[in-house]
Amino acid sequence: MNPPWAMLAELTHGCPLRCPYCSNPTELVSRTAELSTAEWQRVFAEAGALGVVHAHLSGGEPLMRRDLPVLVRAAKEAGIFTQLVTSGVGLGGGRVAELAEAGLHSVQLSVQAASAGESDRIAGRRSFAAKERAAAAVTGAGLPLGLNVVLHRHNLDQVEELIELGIAWGAERIELANTQFYGWGLRNRHALLPTRAQLSRAETIVTKFREKTDAELIWVVPDYFDGVPKPCMGGWGAISLTVAPDGRVLPCPAAYDLPLELPNVRDRDLAWIWAHSPAFTAYRGTAWMSEPCRSCPRKELDFGGCRCQTYALTGDAARTDPACRLSPDHHLVTEITGAELPFIYRTVTEEPSGGGRSAP
Amino acid sequence: MDDWRPELSRSAVLRHCPIREAELLIVPERIVVLNDEAAEIVALCDGDRTVAEIVAEFPPEAGADVTEFLEKVRAEGWLR
Repeated sequence: MNPPWAMLAELTHGCPLRCPYCSNPTELVSRTAELSTAEWQRVFAEAGALGVVHAHLSGGEPLMRRDLPVLVRAAKEAGIFTQLVTSGVGLGGGRVAELAEAGLHSVQLSVQAASAGESDRIAGRRSFAAKERAAAAVTGAGLPLGLNVVLHRHNLDQVEELIELGIAWGAERIELANTQFYGWGLRNRHALLPTRAQLSRAETIVTKFREKTDAELIWVVPDYFDGVPKPCMGGWGAISLTVAPDGRVLPCPAAYDLPLELPNVRDRDLAWIWAHSPAFTAYRGTAWMSEPCRSCPRKELDFGGCRCQTYALTGDAARTDPACRLSPDHHLVTEITGAELPFIYRTVTEEPSGGGRSAP
Repeated sequence: MDDWRPELSRSAVLRHCPIREAELLIVPERIVVLNDEAAEIVALCDGDRTVAEIVAEFPPEAGADVTEFLEKVRAEGWLR
């Protein structure tokens, strides 16, 4: 077992935005249950000592934590490279300067669509203008800016405009992340699911732009459509951990709903949680796998896909991810995406039972 | 290239990791584990030395490799 490289710190589930595909759990942690400043400082120190190198300071909206600069400083003192993951609401020049001074390394800004009206509609709140100002504040302070867009039926046809927006706002990196369907995304699946034609057009545009821009373009695959599962988290308990606002620690930010006893930093230190907690050892490695994963040559590449998606769709987290075309549950996905299924031809049974037929 | 004085880009951090006993080049969303030679080269990229001065720190037969490495890392956006 290797030490973790990265930590997603969900500092709060409070957020001014109300995006229907949010990666937070459907049961959000209340503000009063959040870890204190001192508790987060201890978590960052433990994470650094454990080997965490990257921390994503996320939420909800992490700017809702007034102690954010103190937490950035705690991470920096632990030797951790910090990236703020933000909606941009409340990120003016003063706040950026304060965070940069505390040691913040980079900012990832979300945008919901390429036009203000559509972005605000998807976010459930007027926010596009604040995002544009936030981008200018970040680049103005000399911090590297990344743009993150969650893609779905309502914005996939704007991929070109979204990339151009990222370039215009000065993003070095544009992450085009197809919606993952668990939690809020699963609840809104019918409203968000794109068509295969939309995905195909968007991917062609991304490929074209790769030759035209220096900005790094990341395309997060729509696993429902590809027939190949995503190597979730690079393996369970292998690379990364997530700390919830109330101190629970998860192998994946989507794992809130799994039937696992989640450890808490209020009870145990991160080193024990990473190495020994039942939640982290449950699906670590490949010994837990059943067929078809167990004998699959790709098992060390995709780790059987996503445990959280498998649980959400089949009720058993140890099965093969239904997104995989080899899964016995693959029909759960193809029935939704309308993938090409074999015809079931009409047949006449050899020996009619006679009941409904009369002789000519 | 002649007057280029390489230094880490604003988004990159070079750090020793005592747990992994490795030199790491850290940028947003990516961590690169440098081998000993790569770490030595990057450590010399202080914005002061020219490429020729960095190359001169290594045996003559390694010169082309060092230059090529610097160009590669610049193309990634980690050196400026």
